[in-house]
Amino acid sequence: MRFLLVEDNLKLAKALCDRFALEGHVADHAECLSDAETAIRTVAYDMILLDIMLPDGDGREFLRSHRAKDDPTPVIVLTARSEVSDRVGLLDLGADDYITKPFDFSELQARIRAVMRRLGGVANNAKTYGDVVFDSTTGVLVVAGAAEQLRNREMRLLEVFFAAPGQIFSKSHLMDRLFSFSEEVSENAIEVYVGRLRKKLEPSTVAIETVRGLGYRMVLTP
Amino acid sequence: MKLRNPTGSIRRRLVVQLGLIAALLSVAFFLAIRVVAEGAATDTQDNILAASATSIAEAVYSDSGEVRLELPYSAITMLSTVSEDRVFYRVLVDGETLTGYDDLTLPQGRRGPAFGTFEYRGEDLRAVRVTRMLSVQDQPRQVEVVVGQTRLGLSAISSRITTNAVAIGTVFFLVATALSFFAAQNAMQPLDHLAQAVARRGPNDLRPVTAATPTELVPLVGGLNGFMGRLRQALTRSEDLITEAAHRVRTPLATVRTQAEVIHRQMKHPSNKKALREMIRAVDESSRSAGQLLDHAMVTFRSDQLETQSISAADLLRDVVDRLQPTAELKDIQVTLDLPPEPVTVQGDAILLQNAVRNVLDNAIKYSPVDSDIAVRLEADTQCRMAFIDQGRGFGQADLAQLTARFSRGSNVDDVVGSGLGLTIADDVARAHGGALEITSNTEGPGACVTLVLPLS
Amino acid sequence: MRHFGFAAFLSLLAVNANALELEESRNYPAEAASSELRILSTADVEVFEPIILAFQSENPGVAVQYDVASSAQVMRGLYEEGVSYDLALSSAMDLQIKLANDGLAQSYSSPATQRLPDWATWHDQVFAFTQEPTVLVISKAAFQNTPVPHSRSALIELLRTRPETFDGKVGTYDVRVSGAGYLFATQDSRNSENFWQLTEVMGRLNARLYCCSGQMIRDVADGTLAVAYNVLGSYAQSQLADNPGIEIVEMDDYVSVMLRSAVIPVTARSVTESGAMIDFLAGLSTRPDLAAQTGLPPVEKLRPDEAPERRPIRLGPGLLVFLDKMRRETFLRSWTSSMEQR
Repeated sequence: MRFLLVEDNLKLAKALCDRFALEGHVADHAECLSDAETAIRTVAYDMILLDIMLPDGDGREFLRSHRAKDDPTPVIVLTARSEVSDRVGLLDLGADDYITKPFDFSELQARIRAVMRRLGGVANNAKTYGDVVFDSTTGVLVVAGAAEQLRNREMRLLEVFFAAPGQIFSKSHLMDRLFSFSEEVSENAIEVYVGRLRKKLEPSTVAIETVRGLGYRMVLTP
Repeated sequence: MKLRNPTGSIRRRLVVQLGLIAALLSVAFFLAIRVVAEGAATDTQDNILAASATSIAEAVYSDSGEVRLELPYSAITMLSTVSEDRVFYRVLVDGETLTGYDDLTLPQGRRGPAFGTFEYRGEDLRAVRVTRMLSVQDQPRQVEVVVGQTRLGLSAISSRITTNAVAIGTVFFLVATALSFFAAQNAMQPLDHLAQAVARRGPNDLRPVTAATPTELVPLVGGLNGFMGRLRQALTRSEDLITEAAHRVRTPLATVRTQAEVIHRQMKHPSNKKALREMIRAVDESSRSAGQLLDHAMVTFRSDQLETQSISAADLLRDVVDRLQPTAELKDIQVTLDLPPEPVTVQGDAILLQNAVRNVLDNAIKYSPVDSDIAVRLEADTQCRMAFIDQGRGFGQADLAQLTARFSRGSNVDDVVGSGLGLTIADDVARAHGGALEITSNTEGPGACVTLVLPLS
Repeated sequence: MRHFGFAAFLSLLAVNANALELEESRNYPAEAASSELRILSTADVEVFEPIILAFQSENPGVAVQYDVASSAQVMRGLYEEGVSYDLALSSAMDLQIKLANDGLAQSYSSPATQRLPDWATWHDQVFAFTQEPTVLVISKAAFQNTPVPHSRSALIELLRTRPETFDGKVGTYDVRVSGAGYLFATQDSRNSENFWQLTEVMGRLNARLYCCSGQMIRDVADGTLAVAYNVLGSYAQSQLADNPGIEIVEMDDYVSVMLRSAVIPVTARSVTESGAMIDFLAGLSTRPDLAAQTGLPPVEKLRPDEAPERRPIRLGPGLLVFLDKMRRETFLRSWTSSMEQR
């Protein structure tokens, strides 16, 4: 997915772009509203992440003109202000959602996914591996012609495997992807979710196998 | 917000003072009427007495060296035309009684008719003495005529005047008092209008007062407008300050957190990762605390002056649940919303209620285990009840009443980031709306039930 | 001053310690009398008796002592000698007024007295209870062929033109003796322009002078008099039955109406009974039977259009004028010189 991040704080912008890259997404950075206008005109973004306080204007003005132009690109506002007072105003102005800084990146991802899901998702986001089809936006898994809605963590775990089939992911890496920093979980917790996925993938040609001492990987079974 | 010690009502003071003035004027009026009228009555009696005495004096004549008098009938009857007063007279020639009551006292006086009031034969007598010189065989003889009359008629007139004066005075007083009520009402009207104009405004309406202002109130209204202007400025400034401060604090925190996440992902060494995680948690905790402190301050501020409107409880819950759904999903928490078919409406401040509900639900999500359910149930019987039932660890042995105190957290939540203000905010909002926050441990199974109770509109 | 028609029955009863000259005295005891009402009156016993008896039947516990004296004696007794009576009834209005004016009467007020017309009370001390017109009494025999005069000028004209008929046959009060006569004469002198003319005419005709109405009426009845002037109509009315030869003529130029009145002297002892009697007298108009028996016309409200010639003598200090020593002297001197022209 391709994001446009409109944020005047360069350090935050850099960190966020890095963070998006870690998840395999592309994030372009616009420092001000005029840059953002230019970027939108040249690239089709899947989503705009908009800061409110910008050097050359208020993000809300941008939002209003953006909606006035009938541009369907969803917008999530990144706000540093108190939630209550701005909430109604932002949603009324046409923001699809907003998130208060600082935020857990996984929460931002969850909200992005929720917005995408609500707006009908990104076209053809489904990936196929073996006889399994998986849509990481909707979390629908199709095994042997039977579609099943995955739960959030199962979906996020499978998303990691689907991003690089065959690659070995360490337990530690998977835990970082799955659990928030506020959760204190043991490494065994990951086995629960791997176990669930394995059960769901059982009728297919896809399996998640344990690589002793290293982690897990998704492979095709003969 | 009511003033504790209003120092009396201007209207009452005005009425009382005008009433006192009216009473004073009535009494003065009464006294004046009495004095004038009694003076007039006395004058009238004196005039008749003098006329009577004069006509008697004129009837004195000399006949072959003798002083004689043919007492004129009218001289006496003129005295008895009005009243049935007793009449006495005495005629003296050179000090010798010629005829009449020879013990009748002579009023003293130098010139003209001399008047006197004295007691005679057991009653007060008003008497006049008229003197006339008569020449008898070329000898001047002094004729003195005294005519006296009791004062029963006068006192009857006097008591009638008194009765009338009392009646007039009373009517005057009543009319004046009624008019003073009216005047006070009238005088207070601009003040009332102004007070209403000011009272009608919403709590956030800090525009200058433009209602019609009497001259006397111009300084007050000027002062009020000045004050509101400064207040508006101060509020704007502090709002700006808070916004700016939040922005200045939160943006770097966001930067730090995001960078930390990136670094955390790239690190391999478990102990380093652990340290970084601690750091991220500290950042989360401080930002969450700051946010809740701001929320709490805002709640406290708004609770003083509620901007109430009709709010659909179902819409409110749906809104908040929608908003927090992504957060819940991260932990595979299923939030179910159980709404009654009929609409449930409460009167309240939308922003405050949203804040309260969000805090309760946020709290529930925060303390619920992964893969658990949270039921949000709206019920309405005599009150509006919004129940949030989770399957979390509950509140342990903590005193449930204590939980809503500021910064109080359950005794078993050391590992969860939270400032402990969430339930306090919800409780404050509920109280400000005349409701309550009920916290109970679930009877079946684990978890707790937090219920926001609000009066129905 | 030749012929004083002093009452033949004048009996000098010295009942009172103060040597008051009483003409009559009668006791009306009551069974189980609890109080006594002593009345000094100028009205004869026979005239007043029905009233006393009627009063006693309404107030059974009250014994009544009824003393009769001339009005001058009544005045002298009460004014100068301070004799004690509970009630003074007199036809001499001027003397009654003088008693009240000079402080020798007590005030009394009751619903009955308040119902009296204004002209019938003075100062809550003098209460009129009869209104008695003065009339001309003529002998029917003497006027067989003579027109009856209905005004003073007609009377003067008659007397003047027929001295032979009327010489020595005209009677009137001796105003020097009779208080009532003096009152009527002085009122006449005020009300009538030809009063002195009439007096002179009567003087020329050697008018007989009387102390009292009774004798005058009797003298008219027996033919001694042809005309009696200023007779109390009530007496004449009461004598009419016994003396068919007389005729009562009411003048139509004006009629002096005498008010018989009651006064409670300051010396009264049974004031309650005095009040009761005054109330009874004030209510005489409701007892036509008594009026018929006594011939005393009770005080009644006059309608203004009714008999305008009837003028009740006004109760009030005006009556004092003719009691003035000097005025009386002057009046009597004029009267005497008119009456005794020789």
